[in-house]
Amino acid sequence: MKIVALASVLLCGGILIFGTAGFPDFGDPLSPPASHVSPHYIEEAVAETSVPNIVTAVLADYRGFDTLFETAVVFSAAMACFFLLRVFREDERSPSEKLYRHLPTGIILRIDPGGKAPQSNEFEPIDPTWVPHDMIVKTTTRLIIPFIQLFGLYVIAHGHHSPGGGFQGGVILGSSLILYALSQNLRMAIGRMGETVSAVFCAAGVFIYAGAGALCLLMGANFLDYAALSPLFGVDAIQARSLGILVVEIGVGLAVMSAMVWIYYNLASVGRHQEGL
Amino acid sequence: MSWPMDMLILVFVIISGIGAITVRDLLGAAILFGAYSFLMCILWAIMGAVDVAFTEASVGAGVSTVLFVAAVFRTTRRTRD
Amino acid sequence: MNEWIAFLAGKFNYWGFIVLMMIGIYAIIAKKNLIKKIIGMNIFQTAIILFYVSTAAKRDAGIPIITHGHGMSGHSARAVDYINPLPHVLMLTAIVVSVATLGVALTLAVKVYRQYGSLEEDEIADSIRARAGGDQ
Repeated sequence: MKIVALASVLLCGGILIFGTAGFPDFGDPLSPPASHVSPHYIEEAVAETSVPNIVTAVLADYRGFDTLFETAVVFSAAMACFFLLRVFREDERSPSEKLYRHLPTGIILRIDPGGKAPQSNEFEPIDPTWVPHDMIVKTTTRLIIPFIQLFGLYVIAHGHHSPGGGFQGGVILGSSLILYALSQNLRMAIGRMGETVSAVFCAAGVFIYAGAGALCLLMGANFLDYAALSPLFGVDAIQARSLGILVVEIGVGLAVMSAMVWIYYNLASVGRHQEGL
Repeated sequence: MSWPMDMLILVFVIISGIGAITVRDLLGAAILFGAYSFLMCILWAIMGAVDVAFTEASVGAGVSTVLFVAAVFRTTRRTRD
Repeated sequence: MNEWIAFLAGKFNYWGFIVLMMIGIYAIIAKKNLIKKIIGMNIFQTAIILFYVSTAAKRDAGIPIITHGHGMSGHSARAVDYINPLPHVLMLTAIVVSVATLGVALTLAVKVYRQYGSLEEDEIADSIRARAGGDQ
């Protein structure tokens, strides 16, 4: 099997390397990909949308349909993880015995099936895989997470003028929550941003994007033609395109952030949502 | 964009890619794949694709490594090839 | 000699992407572990993305962000001064979609592990056969 695979891979690679002889040279300014549509984007992007970062302008304005459906793919992937892994039944979700830790002393109680759980606030439910957390890691991440989130918001908001945008900012925001779940535990992270919240945010992000497009339809223009939104924003058509891109980026950021968090919750706890990495 | 630098990073990318699929430990494979993503991100930054490099740094090297580690944690580190 | 260096400088990036793509497809075909196969799939995806980004590169050109874009009205940007932004856009979304599909792939691998207790392809096939034999 391995020899057949290696032989076929080498043959295929040889044919492809032979095929590169017909490619344009690396870095050729006159190559076919650089000489049809992209000169228009480079030369007219600022004049038409007032967005200096051409990638953002093409992503959210000229090729908005592409991005809309990519966001929908991210949303449906998060839904797929949820439906494949999530466990709802109590008997499958929790092991037969329950463990409680007394916070001031660190003593661990084991409650047999049918036993009564302690009602006091001083007990926290823990998992069989529970390990004591590291104070240094906990404190450092607690200090650093607000700055990561601030940076994520900056990346979304400043995507017009610098590298960044909804996708990157959304992933940074999501990974700050994943960092919280890694450094503390999954239950605390779910306490901060629950499953329902992430599901609603994920759908709301796609809805904001599609809604911005539909609003353009209502204003009498084509789908995702933000120039039609200028009466709503109170600016001229070019500025309206720039603001429309911002609205769309916020929607993308919201959807991507909650999709990442949601996938992580389901994957790290195999759908049980109590014990995690 | 300087092509000798580009070529050097490309060689490192290929080495870490081969390492990620040959190492006999899934956690090691996940970490090597994270290194592969980071080197790829540097390569794209050299080639001038700043947005793509930024996305790869946050997505490929950040979230997907965490997802791999989570999946390995929930299954097994054992692999026979 | 100089032609050789020029030829190499013109084509090595494409060779690099082909080598990476072949590493990825070899892992998908020959490796028996499901996580290894998923890593191979991801290497394949990044190889394709590397190809697209390579086609976008231009000699002596800057990154695709127009300088002094704020108050610029008079002169327009020249296409040769900026790297082609279109492949970057297509690949940027592809990376985010690849991590979402990676989540689904790992979910399926975890599900398979919980069902059959193994990530190795042949062991899974054996236990499926044993279960089918047990039913008859």
